Amino acid sequence: MENSKNIFNEKPKSSLAKVLDIISTMASKPSGFIGLTILVFHITLALTSPWIAPYDYKAINPSLMLNAPSSEFWFGTDSLGRDVFTRTILGGRTALTITFFGSIIALLWGGLLGIFCGLVGGRIDDIVMRIVDAFLSIPWILAMLLIVSLLGTTTEVLIPALGFFYGKGIVRVARAATHDVIAKDFIVSAKARGHSNLSIIWNEILPNVRDAILVEGAMRWSWMLLGFSSLSFLGFGVSPPTPDWGLMISNARGLMSFAWWAVIAPIVGLSSLIIGINLTADAFAKALGIDRSTKAPV
Amino acid sequence: MFFLIFKRFVLGLITLFIVSLITFIGVEILPGDACTSYLEREAFGEALAACIKRLGLDVPAYERYLSWAFNVIQGDFGYSLSGQMQINEVLGPRIKNSLVLASAAIIIGIPLALILGIITALWRDKMPDIIISTVAIFSMTIPEFISATLLILIVAIWLEWLPGIVIVPTDVTFFELLPNIILPVIAIAMIMTAHMARMVRSSVIQVMASDYIQMAILKGVPYWKMVFKHVLPNALLPAINVVALTIAWLLGGVVVTEVVFNYPGLGRLVIESISNRDLPVVQALGIILASIYVSINFIADLLTLMLNPRLKTLQTRK
Repeated sequence: MENSKNIFNEKPKSSLAKVLDIISTMASKPSGFIGLTILVFHITLALTSPWIAPYDYKAINPSLMLNAPSSEFWFGTDSLGRDVFTRTILGGRTALTITFFGSIIALLWGGLLGIFCGLVGGRIDDIVMRIVDAFLSIPWILAMLLIVSLLGTTTEVLIPALGFFYGKGIVRVARAATHDVIAKDFIVSAKARGHSNLSIIWNEILPNVRDAILVEGAMRWSWMLLGFSSLSFLGFGVSPPTPDWGLMISNARGLMSFAWWAVIAPIVGLSSLIIGINLTADAFAKALGIDRSTKAPV
Repeated sequence: MFFLIFKRFVLGLITLFIVSLITFIGVEILPGDACTSYLEREAFGEALAACIKRLGLDVPAYERYLSWAFNVIQGDFGYSLSGQMQINEVLGPRIKNSLVLASAAIIIGIPLALILGIITALWRDKMPDIIISTVAIFSMTIPEFISATLLILIVAIWLEWLPGIVIVPTDVTFFELLPNIILPVIAIAMIMTAHMARMVRSSVIQVMASDYIQMAILKGVPYWKMVFKHVLPNALLPAINVVALTIAWLLGGVVVTEVVFNYPGLGRLVIESISNRDLPVVQALGIILASIYVSINFIADLLTLMLNPRLKTLQTRK
């Protein structure tokens, strides 16, 4: 209410100010604050870990096999005598990079295709939505594993493949959000003024559906991280000796009855990152006024 | 109403048809065919020629698609490459095991989710809600292989209460399977319950804020009568779709959990068939899992239609 009285005198806020506004709203609640803190911590760690890692992540030393945590090796050593602390702090790098770029690809193609379908409607919309439905009904893991096992597990395969499979859900969200604004007067008048579809999408629709799509993208990011680490865990993600949490957990799992430290450290790393992203996405959705709890993972 | 159901049914069939095209084309355009990927380094000369002939890979793709699709409609998925068995024989016991796991998780998960969801909604932002919602966020977001690994570490290794992994043959009887599935069921039910409880919570909260509930409060309807008579019937309807999605996920998507516990269900077959490069089985799995997804969603739509009086009148008026 305070905002509305001066609305005509105020200068429009710059986009940076808007972003800062959203972040401060997000941080004002305890869950959002915790989420943001964890996320910032992980991103900082991922950016700086190569310089703070005390040992070489791939240095194999049989004489140091499965040492318990000590002052020398904070989180102990794994079955090949590698330092678990080093590998744990380096483990976030791959996961964050791949899922971050994957999410951007998912947002771009899913969002644009969804907006386009919502705008043009008709036959094209029907066909695209049937194909999206078909892809939604195939379990992502089956398709993903098939692609990865035939094309290899390099970053160049993983990023677009993850981006593709996590983008199909965004198509529906973007389309639904577009349907909500498509009948409004400003779209009708833009059409009447003879603007092209592209210009209508960019100038009229995008500013109105951006929030919904971004929230969906933030949510997809955490699911993609979950999916990516599941792939690594199953042996279809990044290949050893790359330090990766999913891979570390799957390697150390067999020996956890007497070397629990090698499995606990990556578990804490991965869980905290996923919870951090999730809490942040929740707070982001709330700050933009969108309820995300009614959604189920697809 | 019948027209709506019929339309849904036809759309489901079309989706399945596209799925069959996607799985077929996907396997077709990816490098390597069933023979080269199965024979690997021995894929040359006589062995390759014999394999190509046996699988009928020498006929054009569209003819292969038609005959494959025709056989699938009749329930025949052909032969698996690695076991040299009929795929139906491979699938049968796996589907049964997955059903056992899924139904156990559903029997535990759905009532629990309803109770927790209603409690958290009615005591919104109070202690019960804060505690349950926090636990729910944890069990929902932590990857299933982590929660499963922690369960094994704590319950099976440190406390030694239950077997950590399932060591049974694929065609095990139901009662031999029972003690083995406790941990997998807990692992799956945790995630499932958290998702559904969250959904129920927000749905109940929405209904509680609606005009007719405010009206009921103003009229002085007793609190619990209002909850059971006015809130719940309206709040639980949208939950059906989430339950359906969860069940579909359970039947096909618990790949990771099944691998962690070494459980002989459909999910582990996905990994096994892909590791063995058994493309006919992969194709069959794609179609079957998609059919499960589509039919469960169809049933959910049907239930929603039948239980929602508003949708009924809407259709007859049209």
